[in-house]
Amino acid sequence: MLIIKDLHASVEGKEILRGINLTINAGEVHAIMGPNGSGKSTLANVLAGNTNYEVTKGEVTFNGKDLLSMTADVRAKEGLFLSFQYPVEIPGVSMINFLKTAVNESRKYHQLKELSAGDFLKVMREKKEMVQIDSQLTNRSVNEGFSGGEKKKNEIFQMAMLEPKLAILDETDSGLDIDALRIVANGVNLLKRAENATIVVTHYQRLLDYIVPDFVHVLYKGQIVKSAGKELVLELEEKGYDWIKKELGE
Amino acid sequence: MTETTTFESAEQRILQLFLEKEALLNEEASDFLRNNREQSMAVFQRLGIPSRKVENYKYTDLTKIFAQERYNRAFHPTSFEFDMQEVFTCDVPEFDTHILFHVNGWYFEQNKTDLFPKGTIIKSMKRALKENTDLVEKYYGKQADAANDPLASLNGAFAQDGVFIYIPDHVVIEKPIQIINLLRSEEDLYVTQRNLVIVGKNAQIKLMFCDHTLAVHSYIANYLTEVFLGEDSVADVYGIQNQHNGTAYFNGLYVHQERNSQLITNTISLHGGITRNHLQVDLQGEHANASLFGLTLTDKDQHSDIFTSIVHGQPGCHSNQIFKNVLDDNSTGVFTGRIHVMPGAKKTEAYQRNNSVLMTKAAKMNTKPQLVIDNDDVKCSHGATVGQINEEALFYLQTRGINEKEARLMLMFAFAHEVLTNIRVEQLRQSIDRLVNKRLRGEVSRCHDCKLECIR
Repeated sequence: MLIIKDLHASVEGKEILRGINLTINAGEVHAIMGPNGSGKSTLANVLAGNTNYEVTKGEVTFNGKDLLSMTADVRAKEGLFLSFQYPVEIPGVSMINFLKTAVNESRKYHQLKELSAGDFLKVMREKKEMVQIDSQLTNRSVNEGFSGGEKKKNEIFQMAMLEPKLAILDETDSGLDIDALRIVANGVNLLKRAENATIVVTHYQRLLDYIVPDFVHVLYKGQIVKSAGKELVLELEEKGYDWIKKELGE
Repeated sequence: MTETTTFESAEQRILQLFLEKEALLNEEASDFLRNNREQSMAVFQRLGIPSRKVENYKYTDLTKIFAQERYNRAFHPTSFEFDMQEVFTCDVPEFDTHILFHVNGWYFEQNKTDLFPKGTIIKSMKRALKENTDLVEKYYGKQADAANDPLASLNGAFAQDGVFIYIPDHVVIEKPIQIINLLRSEEDLYVTQRNLVIVGKNAQIKLMFCDHTLAVHSYIANYLTEVFLGEDSVADVYGIQNQHNGTAYFNGLYVHQERNSQLITNTISLHGGITRNHLQVDLQGEHANASLFGLTLTDKDQHSDIFTSIVHGQPGCHSNQIFKNVLDDNSTGVFTGRIHVMPGAKKTEAYQRNNSVLMTKAAKMNTKPQLVIDNDDVKCSHGATVGQINEEALFYLQTRGINEKEARLMLMFAFAHEVLTNIRVEQLRQSIDRLVNKRLRGEVSRCHDCKLECIR
């Protein structure tokens, strides 16, 4: 589904990603872990098409297509979704108008008929129940005045509405209390299908107790320095990241 | 062979024109009006066309506009050989209003005014000046003349017609009165329009001014409206400007408010060449309340100047101002907001905000709050921001599959929307929402169905 080859990226002239190689197949859950500043969020943003990051080398194919040549909105329409670490508040843009536009833009792209207002509201009701988001939130402006937990739930709600092939969850657990974390993780698990995949970017293991990964990668100084199964999560929890640094001879 | 060139100033030229036409202007006029006209001209001659050295006109140079213009003046009503309703239909569906047309500043005599409650007077200013001398002498010029403004005095000197509205005490006019001001001619034209609105005690009115151009010629429009709000009265004054780029539009709104009166204004500028809105409110009764809103959308080389002046003359009054600008291409904008709290005006609350979004590097906004507070028992605030579209929000929308163009529009519309939520006539609000959306999309947002093609 996603093949990343020797990906280099920099921001304001400073190289952050220094040769990432990663292959993700349908049905898989990958965790990307690593200490602060290792490049986890940069990778998520580069994949989503944030133009503040400059790709200097490498290639990424997404379902056989060149991902890096697509604008952010086309990547989304092709089925890539980024759950933001810090979801943006957009006063004046109503949740309903925002989601309706997003869903229908994608449907148009795939030459499907746009959803009628009635059908859209029906779908929205179903998904709201699925991810247990407060009904009132969808009557407000996008993320405006939402609590930290509400913002993260809203990300998962949007994911449910857009049904992406590949979801990248960037530090979705940061700042979440344990109840909200369970709800968010539960939402992600309910949305899991054999034909889609998930990348969970996180600093801690806690989220991975709920969203169990098939593969775990450690990102350090802009490179994947270790890949293993879910047992690596426990090892990292016990020993921290320092033993990896030692292994690397630092 | 010798050639003589006379270098006359715009002021001299205007005075010359005034002296030539004084007899025509004063045809059937009362001593009161003659006097007012002469005084207005004297004030104008003293003030002159304001250059950028005049503080209130610092960012709008009128000398350029007046130096070259040799436009004809609309000294006589334009004659019509067609049905107005057929030529111009306001395209607001099921929008039920009392419609009053003006063409080139002249009240359209076929306007229907038979449906108003007893005691209400709605007629041409020209007729009111003759027939309602008691009301005219009590109110005409009282607000505008005191302003000592060059455009207001120029209006006073040349004013011939407009609309006169008198709502008696306790009368509520439920349907909005829609005043449609059309500019239509076979040549470039200078137009003066003078309106007077008197709202009695506990009376209510909703006014909607729609300013349009219906021909490709260049125009200078000097419009002035005075509004007097009696005790406990309520007035909504909405203005929608949709004129072509060859229009210089000067619009003065001068409001006097008595005790407990409530005013809402919303000045929506969709399209125009050079625009200046002068909004002045005198809160001269306790607990009077004025809310002024405005949205200005400019592009190409358009220029918009909003000047507000709110005087808190009595205790316990409340004023609130929110003005927003979206500036594209090389367009320029000005907001000057003056609040003057007088020594006796205890418990004043006065708020003011101007937010602007610049869509390009070439667009420019000048914003200037001026607060004069002469007592210490007040709550006052002012704020001004000039910025670009929030790039983070733009990226966020794009990651949800919304293309950049659409995402920008959503953000611009969201920015503008706050002003529009304050329109209290539901159908009007929806219609303006739609117009603003179309305008931001760069589609010609004509808010009327017109058979004359004149957008340029």
